[in-house]
Amino acid sequence: MGTNMIPTGDELLRFLPEMILAVFAVLVMLWESRHDEHGERRGMPMFTLIGLALAAVATVVAGSYQGLAFSNMIVVDSFTTFFRLLVLAIAALAVLTASPFLRERKAEGGEFYSLMLLSLIGQSLMAASNELMMVFIGIEISSISSYVLAGYLRDDKRANESALKYFLLGSFATGFLLYGISWTYGLTGTTNLNEIAAILGNSDIAPDKVLTSAAAALILAGLCFKVSAFPFQSWAPDVYQGAATPVGAFLSAAPKAAAFATLLRVFFTAFEPMSDRWLPLLTAVALLTMIVGNLAALWQSDVKRILGYSSIANAGYVLVAVAAHSTLGVSAVLFYLAAYSAMNVGAFAVVSMREQTELSDFNGLAKRQPLTAALMTVFMSSLIGLPLTAGFFGKFYIFQSAIDSEMYWLAGIGLLTSAVAAFYYLRVIKAMYMEPVADDAPELAVPASSLQAVLFVSAAVTIGFGIFPGWLLDWATRSSGLLR
Amino acid sequence: MYLLVALFLPLVGFLACMTLLRKARQTAYTAALASAGIAFLASLAMVPEVMQNPTRVSQALAVNWIPYPPIHFSIGADGLSLWLIAATTLLSLIAILTASKRDPQFLAWLLLLEVGIVGVFSSQDLFLFFVFFELTLVPTLFLMGQYGKDSGKTTSNAATIKFFVYTFAGSVLMLAAITYLFLKAGTFDYQNILLQVQAGSFRLSPAEQMPLFLAFFLAFAVKTPLFPFHAWQADAYTTAPSPLGIVMAGLMGKLGTYGLLRFCLPLFPNAARECAGWINGLAILAILYGALVAIVQPNIKRLLAFSSLSHLGFIVLGIFSFHINGLDGAAYQMVCHAITTGGLFVLAGVLEERKGSCEISAFGGLASRTPWLATTFLVAALASSGLPSLNNFVGEYLILQGAAFAGFAYAAAAAVGVILSAVYLLWMYQRTFLGPNPAEDTKDLSNQEALAIAPLILLMIWMGVNSGSFLPVQSAVNQKILQQSKMNVEFRVAAPVAEAIHGN
Repeated sequence: MGTNMIPTGDELLRFLPEMILAVFAVLVMLWESRHDEHGERRGMPMFTLIGLALAAVATVVAGSYQGLAFSNMIVVDSFTTFFRLLVLAIAALAVLTASPFLRERKAEGGEFYSLMLLSLIGQSLMAASNELMMVFIGIEISSISSYVLAGYLRDDKRANESALKYFLLGSFATGFLLYGISWTYGLTGTTNLNEIAAILGNSDIAPDKVLTSAAAALILAGLCFKVSAFPFQSWAPDVYQGAATPVGAFLSAAPKAAAFATLLRVFFTAFEPMSDRWLPLLTAVALLTMIVGNLAALWQSDVKRILGYSSIANAGYVLVAVAAHSTLGVSAVLFYLAAYSAMNVGAFAVVSMREQTELSDFNGLAKRQPLTAALMTVFMSSLIGLPLTAGFFGKFYIFQSAIDSEMYWLAGIGLLTSAVAAFYYLRVIKAMYMEPVADDAPELAVPASSLQAVLFVSAAVTIGFGIFPGWLLDWATRSSGLLR
Repeated sequence: MYLLVALFLPLVGFLACMTLLRKARQTAYTAALASAGIAFLASLAMVPEVMQNPTRVSQALAVNWIPYPPIHFSIGADGLSLWLIAATTLLSLIAILTASKRDPQFLAWLLLLEVGIVGVFSSQDLFLFFVFFELTLVPTLFLMGQYGKDSGKTTSNAATIKFFVYTFAGSVLMLAAITYLFLKAGTFDYQNILLQVQAGSFRLSPAEQMPLFLAFFLAFAVKTPLFPFHAWQADAYTTAPSPLGIVMAGLMGKLGTYGLLRFCLPLFPNAARECAGWINGLAILAILYGALVAIVQPNIKRLLAFSSLSHLGFIVLGIFSFHINGLDGAAYQMVCHAITTGGLFVLAGVLEERKGSCEISAFGGLASRTPWLATTFLVAALASSGLPSLNNFVGEYLILQGAAFAGFAYAAAAAVGVILSAVYLLWMYQRTFLGPNPAEDTKDLSNQEALAIAPLILLMIWMGVNSGSFLPVQSAVNQKILQQSKMNVEFRVAAPVAEAIHGN
């Protein structure tokens, strides 16, 4: 299959979701040329959603034609399908959140939707890549669009700072990643994940252990940046705070999920033979990420920053499940990422309704918008990990996998840091329910219907998978089985 | 079926009050009363079945909830949980009765709290137990945070956050321990695990038992609370709105002691026996420290909080005496303390309603103006201080007897606590109700308030003079627990001291 330069129909089918996204991104861009200034773009969000829906259908169809494509560059298996659908769902919620947000600020433009679709192509490729070069290309497509998205509100100083920071640090991290990839190629003579694994696993031809470890460490550093893990986490709160809130929602969920997919794919396939080398490192990273994220969040007074640090802490939890290094752990990663996306996007959506995002701006929200406050409470409870929310089962599965792999200390400390986390999430609930409304509080508009839809869907997912997690876990388990 | 009604009817009430009836105050109150009332009747209806065979899990119901890991919605009641469930439904009913002026959401949260507590007492699945255990935090959070009253320097917000973070942090490690048990035993089903232990197919070595025991113990010790984990208690009890105070003071602590008795002893016998020494030490400290601090409290609710700390110390002492009398006393005292403290909080709520605060200095000479209030308060205070022929006496006497078997010094030190409890309660009574007649008039108990306190007073007397109607079912289960807590034979050599203490 590899020698034939003309792709077969099956191969094209496996790449269909990305193609659809690309077509829609271009169409949106063309449509945008008919408008001259930023104003309402009637129909464009809907058009984008149609693109996402078609891509989702294509993903499901492609999922039933599992296999490799384009000279083994791409692999479509149930793992790929899971992540493709996950990022598409996140993007759909982000689009619905963004359109009222941007309309209110008279900043809606076609390039926003186009960039989001382009960014998705990258993330979708990251989930499907079977090749270090493909990983790099996927990450770059995703990142470059993300940098622009972060600075989308170009008259906003904060957004500019956010974009610049994200871009500078992000390129730096990509440098690490690329360097690691070239080392790996130099050592093994291939960039195909399976071939790397075969070479590393064969003691006769395996290259020097120290050098390979260095290569793996460089790649790990690059990916740690993308998932905002310690010590490459410091950009996350600044970027999420500065970027437009719906962009923050998108950036804290979709690229992260895709980066975790890549992390799992690269390390559980290519570097699997030397797992005894990178596992201790990953364990330490997980531990420190949880501690740093949770402790730093305690001192924040801005809800977006709290969510930013919380995203670091949550990356730490997911890394625990990665470090558990088992099928149970992988399915816990998948479950948690899905649960986290729902509750996190929901929380960001609530925040996006507010001009100011200090904690005190949420004072007395329960009196003014009881329903919104109740839904925000659902998201916060889930982030705390209270029972009957998806976040609870997510954490349970993660720490179960850690205990199953006999990593008791990691599980114990992780659970304790998650108890610390309860404190800062509670501050949001406290502000909404237990503080009086400020006298000069601005009038609150009724949330747009698309925003309401986002809130209800996220809350339904959060509670639904909190009461009946079986189906999602089942899917996550089936999707993780093929990975190793 | 009755248990299911007792568990789910309040949940229906919660949902109704939160949604359909959120604007209709009067209807919501009636609906809340009705659902809590029927739940109470349902819990009473379980009595005959449990009485027949107290050690068996009656009213058992197991439904698959989550396929993997296999978690069952598995509930049931035996002799140990029976009276606790009944006390929960009764106190919740009374709390709702006293909350006639509150809004529907308040009633809804009270009902959800009832669901959580009944759920804890009836769970037969460890995971489900944990879910209910944590679920009780949510209604408490909103009741305290939204309806709490600042008291002096203590703001209700600070007390709420403190309560939540303390108890949440205390219990997270228990989840890890439960997960470990599941991975070892292959099931969350508690009875199944016990059967495996009995059959010898599931063993925990002492080295495994210790961390697991400590994880469980920490959760329960914070919830009870046991000295030195009590920092949240006084603030929480003082700022909590009165109806919540009734449920919280009466029942929340029992979640901890129930857990100790139900899970810690049978699952981790070696570790429990090894730790019994210092745990009993902590219990004694709680008894004496709580009592001494209670004496100087200027606020009735704060005083009752420290009194609870002291009394719950007794219960822990009874449990870790590893003697049947101690266990029986602890089980009996759990119910008695719920009734007595619940009653005292009902009356404290009445006092607070009259004067706007619970500061003792605001009262004085009330007995002449409010004879009924004074009389009922005296009965409850005497019951709480362990007067013979009232309920607490039975429990505390049995505990002291059990403690004496474990070590005479324990019993002697704890007995001092009994004396001290008479000191602070009667002194508080004196300052509140006796003395010169106050100038202004104060209303005596209204019919509704009388209706709320009457069943509790009756129970105090009934449980004091006729413990034979209540104790045997508990005792039967305690016998079994004591038997299970001797299990791990091959490890027993490692703990000769515990053997010697146990004696018989």
